[in-house]
Amino acid sequence: MPDFLSTPFHDALSPIAISYVLAAMGLNIHFGYTGLLNFGQAAFAAAGGYAMAVTIVSFEVPFIPAVILGLLAAVALSLIMGIPTLRLRADYLAIVTIAVAEILRLFFTTSYKEYFNARDGVSGFTGTFRSWNPYPDLNDGFLTFSRGDLWVMTVGWALVLLLCLLVYLLMRSPWGRVLKSIREDEDAVRSLGKNVYAYKMQALILGGVIGAFGGFVGALGLASVQPDTFNTDFTFIAFTMLILGGAARVMSPVVGAMLFWALLSLLAVILSEMSDLSWIPGDLLDNTRIGNIRFAAVGLALMLLMIYRPQGIFGDKKEIAIDAR
Amino acid sequence: MPADLSKGTSTADAGRAALVGLATEPGVSKPDPILVATGITRQFGGLKAVDVKHLEIQRGVITALIGPNGAGKTTFFNLLTGFDQADSGERSFNGKSLKRVSASKVARLGMVRTFQLTKVLSKLTVIENMRLGATGQRGESFWAAPFRALWADQESANTDRAMELLKRFKLDAKKDDFAGSLSGGQRKLLEMARSLMVNPELVMLDEPMAGVNPALKQSLLGHVKSLREEGMTVLFVEHDMDMVRDISDWVVVMAQGQVIAEGPPDSVMGDQRVIDAYLGVHHDVDTTEIDPSMLEAEVSAELGGTQDGGDHS
Repeated sequence: MPDFLSTPFHDALSPIAISYVLAAMGLNIHFGYTGLLNFGQAAFAAAGGYAMAVTIVSFEVPFIPAVILGLLAAVALSLIMGIPTLRLRADYLAIVTIAVAEILRLFFTTSYKEYFNARDGVSGFTGTFRSWNPYPDLNDGFLTFSRGDLWVMTVGWALVLLLCLLVYLLMRSPWGRVLKSIREDEDAVRSLGKNVYAYKMQALILGGVIGAFGGFVGALGLASVQPDTFNTDFTFIAFTMLILGGAARVMSPVVGAMLFWALLSLLAVILSEMSDLSWIPGDLLDNTRIGNIRFAAVGLALMLLMIYRPQGIFGDKKEIAIDAR
Repeated sequence: MPADLSKGTSTADAGRAALVGLATEPGVSKPDPILVATGITRQFGGLKAVDVKHLEIQRGVITALIGPNGAGKTTFFNLLTGFDQADSGERSFNGKSLKRVSASKVARLGMVRTFQLTKVLSKLTVIENMRLGATGQRGESFWAAPFRALWADQESANTDRAMELLKRFKLDAKKDDFAGSLSGGQRKLLEMARSLMVNPELVMLDEPMAGVNPALKQSLLGHVKSLREEGMTVLFVEHDMDMVRDISDWVVVMAQGQVIAEGPPDSVMGDQRVIDAYLGVHHDVDTTEIDPSMLEAEVSAELGGTQDGGDHS
């Protein structure tokens, strides 16, 4: 397969892509269905990843209980952020989530270095998970993925599939109807006798837990958790993927995230080919600039998308038209 | 439901009969009140927006709440339904105190409101708007939600009830349209129909006629009357005096946060306090003929104590 096909395909399926898919799925629950502005999805992924890694490495907790602890960490984080803000206007949750995400990242960077190892992060927690790997040792793996990557991807994509099914089942139910109604108008829902606060809390927890799964897959894929993985870019890229796919559709974060990664790496391939062939002068485009230019190009593509197809890939144009009224 | 209807009519008749001969003073006690409010105050900075000493709403009849702009009607509505917290005061519904009861709980108790600026859920279809109104849905709990078998029966029963209501409000043809695509008047109808899905005892309508064309107004009037005939109690805020005169059994007048008069529509409309509140005390006098010092004293009295604002009759 030529590079400009295989590299994007590789990146769109990789463990990192899965971790963004899950983060975006969580945001879809928060923002797409319930209208909660969570700008700190990175915090949920970080809480999950770190809780799992640290309990395994420093406290010798077995893998499965460590995963459960990671999920509980996401639940606790939802409660901490939700209890003071979910009764207030939507803006307050946005402020608190972005602040908490940054606080957590700085906390992992600077505090308790004997557990978190500052910028180096935590590693050495993948032993049990890798020992379950059923794949034979391949010299030339599928799309150049290693045996370990394939195992993480198998589990990761299975998880994505299961969670998509859960989201689909939830969103066709009366429970999902209440969430969508809250997004449209909280007071109307309250006037019909629903406890809006409790539903918003449930949505925040569910989306946060899905985000924590993203943290696990990312951690297992990289075989380490590092604080810089969970900067604000993480959240905003996940938001971008969600909007690319079209908010409030089950499959949109999945396709949005895969497409985003594929486009990003396609651009990197094309740009580096161009610089190798010296189509563009070397002092204008070198390898370090390619990384930045491709993000700028993706930004441009998103602007065009918002202008010509504001509903995203899966969205319904009629719904967007209602907003314009 | 002929049996239901006659029961409703009898409640309405009994309610109306009980109102005959009551004193038309603010805060008069009614024989069978469904809602009682005492000493309700709400302060916004220096402005006392609501200061209602006592008010009772008779069961089974249509009560109108009127008053000039800024009288505090909507604020009072919000306080009664728990959408805003009063600074002081007691309220009870069916004899049960509503102290520290959340707005959603108030609705579940059977006291459901609509809004002045209609709140339909734009990106949900009309039928989904209606289904949301049903109470006690098993499928609204997180753990039961993924398993359709647990809530499918209830959902189809709710859908049948929703369709009946939509037919009654002539919205059944629109059931699969987004609520956001409805006209202003249709939204008012949808909001009223949706509130009935809660099975309320007391329906509180905040300006149901605002922005509705005259043809639809007549059908809305009919719908409000039919609520009474079914045994529900209606309390509504309205500016449209024709509507107030036409359908209400009892009228409560607010001005500057206080209840200044109440009584049957005909007597209230002629009440000097009400005319003063709407038109100003000196509306029928040439102001040049008034003694300036008297006017000044009145003005300073009003500025000195805003809570006495309604009493200068």
